[in-house]
Amino acid sequence: MAEVTLRQVVKRYGDVEAVRSIDLDIPNNEFVVLVGPSGCGKSTTLRMIAGLEEITAGDISIGGEVVNDLPPKDRDIAMVFQNYALYPHMTSFENMAFGLKLRKFPKAEIKQRVEHAARILDISELLDRRPKALSGGQRQRVAMGRAIVRNPKVFLFDEPLSNLDAKLRVQMRTEIKRVHQKVKTTTVYVTHDQVEAMTLADRVVVMNNGIIEQIGPPQELYHKPRTRFVAGFIGSPAMNFLPCTVESNGDALRVRLSDKIALPVPVSRAAQYRSAVGKEMTFGLRPEHVTEPKSGNGASGGDSDFAAVLDVVEPMGMETMVYFTINGTEVCARVDPNAAGEAGATMRLHANMDHMHLIDPATGLVL
Amino acid sequence: MSTAAVSVPSTRAQAKRSSLRRSRRWALVASYVFLILFAIFFLIPPYYMVVTAFKTDAEVAHMATNPWIIANGFTLDQFKILLTQTDFLIYFKNTAIVTVCVVCITMVVSVLAAFALGRMKFWGSGILATGIFLTYLVPDTLLFIPLFQIVKAVGLLNSYWGMILVYPTLTVPFCTWIMIGYFQSIPKELDEAALIDGAGHMQMLTKIFIPVALPGIIAATIFAFTVSWAAFVYPMAFLYSSDQQVLTVGTVTSLIRADVYKWGMLMAGALLAAAPPLIIYAFLMDYYIAGLTAGATKG
Repeated sequence: MAEVTLRQVVKRYGDVEAVRSIDLDIPNNEFVVLVGPSGCGKSTTLRMIAGLEEITAGDISIGGEVVNDLPPKDRDIAMVFQNYALYPHMTSFENMAFGLKLRKFPKAEIKQRVEHAARILDISELLDRRPKALSGGQRQRVAMGRAIVRNPKVFLFDEPLSNLDAKLRVQMRTEIKRVHQKVKTTTVYVTHDQVEAMTLADRVVVMNNGIIEQIGPPQELYHKPRTRFVAGFIGSPAMNFLPCTVESNGDALRVRLSDKIALPVPVSRAAQYRSAVGKEMTFGLRPEHVTEPKSGNGASGGDSDFAAVLDVVEPMGMETMVYFTINGTEVCARVDPNAAGEAGATMRLHANMDHMHLIDPATGLVL
Repeated sequence: MSTAAVSVPSTRAQAKRSSLRRSRRWALVASYVFLILFAIFFLIPPYYMVVTAFKTDAEVAHMATNPWIIANGFTLDQFKILLTQTDFLIYFKNTAIVTVCVVCITMVVSVLAAFALGRMKFWGSGILATGIFLTYLVPDTLLFIPLFQIVKAVGLLNSYWGMILVYPTLTVPFCTWIMIGYFQSIPKELDEAALIDGAGHMQMLTKIFIPVALPGIIAATIFAFTVSWAAFVYPMAFLYSSDQQVLTVGTVTSLIRADVYKWGMLMAGALLAAAPPLIIYAFLMDYYIAGLTAGATKG
């Protein structure tokens, strides 16, 4: 077990800069998830930590030792791949034992380690089967077992659940979290699925265009995003973004979304947003904070209600998504199934402005 | 009205299904006809070879008997004479030695070359791979002239050891090409997993790639074996004494004297010579097809 440190790490492929001078400190035992859209540099970063990609500039340290020039086998890491990468001609036992055999561990210890890992992952009865005879979930467990038996300093996961169906993905997600709680090894996990990131991580690293947009615990990223990208990437359905102007209303402020809709800014945030008065800004509010009006919903002012003509209504069972437009921009609201009207009907909605975000469109930064 | 509305589409669907079934039946009939024709066409020469090998010389020479059946009794005389009174066994031994050596050399060279060219991406590897395949396109009927000088220079003219030197020019390029295709079809995560597990390149090759690419290796081995076993031009050009001769040329030169053809023994020799490749194909056919297909589609 060890801490992982990245210092101004750069990766260039010719003229293309895939990773742009990133800094990251992962303390011992932490589960860190790198998340971002395709091509954001998250897998490249993971592969650089693994030693499968050379770094163009900067330093990567594992356990305090700079590993820039060390081959993967000398970094004491284990990696789980998206397509499992199990050796097809070997049984599960042989797959898990392969790394230990190459490191010339005694046979008895290999057996003991493999059996221990198999017990953790509940695959003891699958040890004599080849990958072909295993289901996707079982293969992924064997791949994790191959990582666990090595007892490495760091676990690296490269989108390990992407090949599984939705149900199995949820099951394996819990399994990975359970395994981490048991073995407590420093873990770097790459995914493009923000739900996976939020549920698994101690801290989430959101990457975009080769840079780190924000690092923080899942709840912090959700409630206090620093950039528009993070605000939009974390959360499903995504945050609503609407162009707005901030108006002064005596001591108070309000956000004007259209001729008819101007929502009051909570008093506690007035000072924070005062500098934005008169400017074109972007207003952000998550769908769950646009609901049917009801008493005691945490609204700061009664002026936060407005009427909207529903374009699309999506019943989800325990909640219903309704879509409407404000000044041509589509907005999603998450309402009670009993309160939702039909498509084409007018519905009263309430914006919970305590959760609003105001974004400077020029910089993309949340004020 | 509603009954009519339902029954019209259902009648159409039935008609479509029936038309599909008819079309499939015709496709099957046509396939069977052509496959049977091809099978007959290609099986006639081996059948003729088998029938003639078990006839007496008198029956073979007697023009009035039906050549497609054994009319005057089954005999093993042709085999007895062939094995006891000719150099056939020497040819067989020489061919076996040459073939085993050529197959070994070919597989070592082509597996190593294919692993380097297919997996260890380096500058010029693509051009080199194409270059290797291009050498396969040069026919042995052109190559034997310059090779004659080389074989002579190294003192291996009229020695079957010379064949071990020259046959790989026919086998290595194609086998390398098959193996490149096969190695490239193996997911790259497999070598990355092996690297992280602590394997070096040689361990990766021997412990991961060779076992995983076994169908490809078997396909390449069968190809090398067949080429080496059936080679004709090189031994014809480079070997001239009977004790160094191989099956293909030896059988023909010793059993055809001017215009005298010893048909019975020729066919018996051909039958015995065809036996080893036939046995190998019969046991490894599935691997052979799997190997060739992978090479063809992923290469």
